[in-house]
Amino acid sequence: MKIAVCVKHVPTGTLRMRPDSGTLDRSGPGELNATDKNAIEEALRLKESGDAEVVLVTMGPAAATESLRTGLGMGADRALLVDDEAVAGSDLVATSLVLGRVLEREAPDLVLFGQQTADGGGAVLWAAVAERLQLPFVSQATQLSLDDGLVRVERETEVGNDTIEAKLPAVVAVSDAINEPRYTSLKGMMGAKKKPLDTLTASDLGIAADTLGVAGSQTVVLGVGAPPARTGAVTIEDDGAAAQAIFDYLLERDLV
Amino acid sequence: MSVLVFLEQHEHALSLGSLGVLTKAAALDPDVAAVLVGNDELEPFAREAGRYGAATVFTVVDAFPSPLPGPRIDAVVELVRRFPNFDTILFSNSVLAADVAAGLAARLEAGINWDLVDLEFRDGQPVGKQPMLQESQVADVGWRSPQRIALFRAGSCAADPSAPEREPTVESLTVAFAEHTLAARVIERTLRADEGPSLGDADVIVAGGIGVGSKEGFEIAEQLAAALGGAVGATRAAVYKGWYPASAQIGQTGKTVSPKLYVALGISGAVQHKVGMQNSKTIVAINKDPHAPIFEFSDVAVVGDVHTVVPELIDLLRKHAG
Repeated sequence: MKIAVCVKHVPTGTLRMRPDSGTLDRSGPGELNATDKNAIEEALRLKESGDAEVVLVTMGPAAATESLRTGLGMGADRALLVDDEAVAGSDLVATSLVLGRVLEREAPDLVLFGQQTADGGGAVLWAAVAERLQLPFVSQATQLSLDDGLVRVERETEVGNDTIEAKLPAVVAVSDAINEPRYTSLKGMMGAKKKPLDTLTASDLGIAADTLGVAGSQTVVLGVGAPPARTGAVTIEDDGAAAQAIFDYLLERDLV
Repeated sequence: MSVLVFLEQHEHALSLGSLGVLTKAAALDPDVAAVLVGNDELEPFAREAGRYGAATVFTVVDAFPSPLPGPRIDAVVELVRRFPNFDTILFSNSVLAADVAAGLAARLEAGINWDLVDLEFRDGQPVGKQPMLQESQVADVGWRSPQRIALFRAGSCAADPSAPEREPTVESLTVAFAEHTLAARVIERTLRADEGPSLGDADVIVAGGIGVGSKEGFEIAEQLAAALGGAVGATRAAVYKGWYPASAQIGQTGKTVSPKLYVALGISGAVQHKVGMQNSKTIVAINKDPHAPIFEFSDVAVVGDVHTVVPELIDLLRKHAG
């Protein structure tokens, strides 16, 4: 059994834009995206209850190695980084092409993603990757189990709770409610340094550089500005008449 | 330019979010078409979509007991193959719609912009409005691919069923589903008990934060929501304290909402919460702290104690309702 976990190195703290390209500035410090830890934790639990190799996959600058080491420290077996100047600023479609190609080579039985990314990018990436691989996919998993060539997922949506079964190989995006990720021990971190971490380029994957990055992306940021401010705000200090004032305001605007 | 709207339907009702996007699309393109996939009798829903402006509705019967993204991706791919003039495909965000939109983007090699709060045409080209950097900025986003996919933030477009009287053309389509589409199935679905409107569909939301004080404190939020015909939301901090269920959490790690009226009770207005609600049409905030950040983006800033102001407000609303 092989489980691939797609992870992302996200900027720490306040997010900024790169003025030249309208893409996120990723030059500052970063960390492993929080929900990706839930995905790694789930892979490790499956490994512990059966036998599995857990492979981390990411695309990003060399600094993303730090996030991969964090995941290896948690207990993943090895990691792959697609590090190529050509991929910087790739949109969802271009990113899914790269990850899809890596996963095709790895041919895992199960691919896991973390549901949200802290930087807002690629929040729906798993579906695009799954369609490239022509695999069934399930999102929003709050429970996951494997059984005889199937993955069974419990999840919560806007309308209720689903139990979904998909044939392996499959892609599952997990929510942060699925588990409590373990902390990386000092011993784990020491061991992580010795685990294999391989770097690939776009050409290693047989992908033409011009289909990637800002130039190869199918979406474009045309401009960035300040949001329209709220005007005409009213301040009410409660001197005993605040409830009446709110009521009058709502009534006047047809909100009651 | 030819616009196609993805309609979402659960348990015999079209989602208000997708009807909102349809309303928006009809204003941009009077010939807007919609696509609806399901195992129900779809014709009545197609007629309903006409009231929100759909000129044509394509229906696809998928024969799956509960909605999954796969059949919907296959259906739209087939539709676009047969009618290549559909170049702009719009979705209202949901668990289902996001999965369909992103899967479709990969299948069509089409650019996808998400979390949009608005869309306009400039020189015949669609331009989306995408809040970013924790809502401090708004980006204008565009597409380069022949097909463009846009995923709107839930609730960002109001649904208006008053389109000029016209019967939409309903076309049923047969789609051969991909092998991997058939490899996933819902084996059980439990619907959430229906207690008033859901957060995503509610016109009015009353949300509580730490200032509400306790689990019991949320009772006044519930009473106020009942008096206003709305739903109850909570901040992450209140959910973490166990005062209200996680399904009601509004903010970065919870739901994003934009009701007509948002009443914030004892909520400081941390960025975490702000990003989930600041696109509400009218925001009324009640907080003891005159320096609470929420007052910076409220329409009505009430400096006062929720425990005195809210019960009085509930009384006034009940008297008004008779």
